[in-house]
Amino acid sequence: MAKRAAPEVNAGSMADIAFLLLIFFLVTTTIEKDKGLLRSLPPIDDSQVEPPIIKQKNLFTVLINRNNQLLVEEEQMDISDLRQAAIDFLDNGGSTNAAGESCTYCQGKGLADSSDHPDKAIISMKHDRETSYEQYMDVQNELVAAYNFLREREAARLYRKYYPNADKVFTAMLEEKEKNQYSKDEVLNERIETVKKLFPMKLSEAEPDKN
Amino acid sequence: MSKFRKKDKGDLPAISTASLPDIVFMLLFFFMVATVMRDSSLMIENSLPSADQVEKLKKDRTVFIYGGKPSAQFKQFGTEPRIQFNDAFIGVEDVQSSVLQAISELNEDLQSKVVVGLKVDKNTNAGLVSDIKQELRKANALKVMYIANTKAQN
Repeated sequence: MAKRAAPEVNAGSMADIAFLLLIFFLVTTTIEKDKGLLRSLPPIDDSQVEPPIIKQKNLFTVLINRNNQLLVEEEQMDISDLRQAAIDFLDNGGSTNAAGESCTYCQGKGLADSSDHPDKAIISMKHDRETSYEQYMDVQNELVAAYNFLREREAARLYRKYYPNADKVFTAMLEEKEKNQYSKDEVLNERIETVKKLFPMKLSEAEPDKN
Repeated sequence: MSKFRKKDKGDLPAISTASLPDIVFMLLFFFMVATVMRDSSLMIENSLPSADQVEKLKKDRTVFIYGGKPSAQFKQFGTEPRIQFNDAFIGVEDVQSSVLQAISELNEDLQSKVVVGLKVDKNTNAGLVSDIKQELRKANALKVMYIANTKAQN
């Protein structure tokens, strides 16, 4: 049989095949970014120090029962009202803090039976073991939202001039910090700390009873 | 009679597309390498709760703990919510040692900044979560992030 030259394979469709694969990988991969609520746990404390006595009016108690119902300050409450209730409590500014300063930036009503000063105001939450995680997260979210709302307000009052176009000043500041995480900006950090100090997050969680 | 004849005008050579596959392959390999596939398959139901006050998570310093009911393929583990770490179910008492080991495998300068990401199903009891938190306190991993879906801010 006569030897015939092998015909050249047409490589023109190679690009099409590669494109197909490329598009498949582009579509199937999702670069997921996790988000969530960042909280700090208290360290284990073995020292036998008597816990300081906290006045009842400086304590905002939130209880969640096993049926996911809320008891806030001894009264049943709907979750939609929790945020405003927490804001009212933190922002009350009825009296002075430990250093004897009164809360000049608070815009609350200054009620005698609500918190003295944001420095002293503590939110305490306790849940049942049977409470659903969803409800627990909703409550956490509302309480964090109350702090964020107040910090946002104070940041806007103090630093609006540096962020004239920002929708939310405090968020803008945190984003800027995130962007420049490798070149520390002392002024910015100080401003963020100032805002945080005006409304320190004192959110304590009690361990659920074991029964 | 010159040796250098002028080339005919208007006779553009066809652009060679022979290197096109190479370029596309390069892109392909980039995407194949850059995308990370899920490293642990979930053995539990995991529909996350939603929240609107969320912050971003830094992946490089995170240890994940999953919690929830065993999913349909893993019915033999019962219907009570379980804790999953990497690829296995662990008991509450093992959380501390597992987390400490995972932290020791991290980059050294990130070890002190470790964040524990809790991916817990929303239908789980909060009791399981508080058990995990107690163990984390013992392991001295005090920063936790409750991973949540982002809800539109109202």
